Amino acid sequence: MKHSQIRVLIAKPGLDGHDRGAKVIARALRDAGFEVIYTGIRQTPQMIAEAALQEDVDVVGLSILSGAHMTLCPKVVELLHTQGQEDVLVLLGGIIPDDDAAELRAAGVHAVFGPGTSSAEIIAFIQTAVASG
Amino acid sequence: MPKPVPTQKLIDGLLKGDRLALARAISRVEDDAEEAARLVQAVFAHTGKAHLIGITGAPGTGKSTLVSALVESFRARGLSVGVLAVDPTSPFSGGALLGDRVRMTGHSGDAGVFIRSMATRSGAGGLARASADAMLLLDAAGFERILVETVGAGQAEVEIASVADTVVVVEAPGLGDEVQAIKAGLLEIADIFAVNKADRKGAARTVAALEMMLETGSAAAQTILHHGQQMEAGAAASEAEAAGGWAVPVLQTVAVSGGGVGELRDALEGHRAWLGGSGALAAREKKRLDHMLQTLVQAELLARMERALSPDLRRDLVERMQRREIDPYSAVSRIMEGN
Ligand code: B12
Ligand SMILES: Nc1nc2c(ncn2[C@@H]2O[C@H](COP(=O)(O)OP(=O)(O)OP(=O)(O)O)[C@@H](O)[C@H]2O)c(=O)[nH]1
Ligand SMILES: [Mg+2]
Repeated sequence: MKHSQIRVLIAKPGLDGHDRGAKVIARALRDAGFEVIYTGIRQTPQMIAEAALQEDVDVVGLSILSGAHMTLCPKVVELLHTQGQEDVLVLLGGIIPDDDAAELRAAGVHAVFGPGTSSAEIIAFIQTAVASG
Repeated sequence: MPKPVPTQKLIDGLLKGDRLALARAISRVEDDAEEAARLVQAVFAHTGKAHLIGITGAPGTGKSTLVSALVESFRARGLSVGVLAVDPTSPFSGGALLGDRVRMTGHSGDAGVFIRSMATRSGAGGLARASADAMLLLDAAGFERILVETVGAGQAEVEIASVADTVVVVEAPGLGDEVQAIKAGLLEIADIFAVNKADRKGAARTVAALEMMLETGSAAAQTILHHGQQMEAGAAASEAEAAGGWAVPVLQTVAVSGGGVGELRDALEGHRAWLGGSGALAAREKKRLDHMLQTLVQAELLARMERALSPDLRRDLVERMQRREIDPYSAVSRIMEGN
């Protein structure tokens, strides 16, 4: 494990105002013992990557329900890589069609979680993934 | 698992202003006492240049929003700014929800700004154990102004006075009739009061209440000092009086629109100039370093004690206490004697 406590950035890229899911996840992760940095809505990929760097997080969690995931997510992944954070786990949640999810995984998003995913599942995924690097 | 970056590389990097190196170095001082020692040993000679500014006050008064507005204001003067935003660790889960950053957007793409959120973890007094070390790292990385937002202060969370040159206490109108500063014990540590949300009704009344308290309060602060002990809290006011001259200003700000923020920045610069001119800066630094030394020695002694105290002995003593064969004080003596 990189940190003694797992640090997670939860961000909402783009103009999407659906922030319920992001907040639910942020709280669930805090209750699981993670340190969660919440950046709020209307974040550009640049802002998200910059926050991920300054906060030295293990995980970047994006929440998108607006349908703009195909342009926003690869950009975040690309910026993380160019700034030397290839090892950061990138997760995506929200309304993501299966075909898109597959394509995004190929583009460097580690996992996609749709509506109804339990917090326990997400927590377990992060713990396993961060522990194994 | 990727190999961790060697500490020396982080040191070299952060001294050159490499932001990723700085970010990783801050994580290490948070995570590991030995790494903290190594990093601070290497950078300490490069510190002491930044103006260390504490921003404290009751929850929701607008500290984060004000920090963000101040960052903008300092940037307009060409000054680089490092921010440390501290939020509480949940005592139940050990996790934390660090939300100050939500109010600090708008500095994206600016290499003169670095914002870091920090959970209190085991720290007390509204800061984290690693806050002081992280401030040193930001200082060494070349940031000229360092803003530290404490957790929303409740009761006497005045640790910030021991780590900052200048303390801004943020108030807001309508937090109840009583001004929050009285019960929080923040009156004594304020170098500047910012009555934020001055766009709301009641701001003038809050200002008046604070000004009145400051008049009667400066006498009270001296009494506290005369009775010794509460040094840290009374120190700011007493120094000011000794040096004959910092009248704590009460300013009105509207953080959301930037109203009054230029004046707050000027007051901060004014306080820094006053500190330098009056000799109080050196006095405060000395006090700060002494406090740092004390904290570190305490932590070290505690760590040694814990290493020395065998679990068997401890269990044995507790059981004997339970049987009333030994009292707690004598048990402590046994431990201190190492048998
Ligand atoms: C509530 C809601 C709203 C609320 C939002 C309130 C708020 N502050 O969040 C309001 C009424 C404001 C709203 C407005 C709009 N909405 Co709406 N809304 C919904 C609705 C019904 C539920 C969303 C929700 O809150 N779910 C509950 C949360 C807990 O679930 P969740 O976000 O999916 O999160 C879960 C997972 O996805 C995952 N997850 C989510 N984020 C993350 C992040 C990480 C890191 C991880 C690991 C997991 C994860 O875990 C969560 C728990 O299981 C959905 C339909 C639906 N069934 O999803 C439409 C929906 C999202 N809305 C939609 C639309 C079109 C709109 C509007 C554009 C409507 C309009 N024309 O005005 C506006 C746009 C608002 C804006 N500014 O963006 C569409 C989006 C279509 C699309 N993507 O193509 C949907 C899908 C409805 C539909 N079927 O058409 N909406
Ligand atoms: N009307 C008004 N609202 C403000 C002002 N400054 C901040 N706020 C609002 O007050 C709320 C709290 O602001 P924050 O900056 O998060 O306050 P804080 O003191 O950092 O809060 P904690 O960190 O939780 O203690 C937000 O909704 C802000 O938009 C102001 O000058 N006027
Ligand atoms: Mg805040």
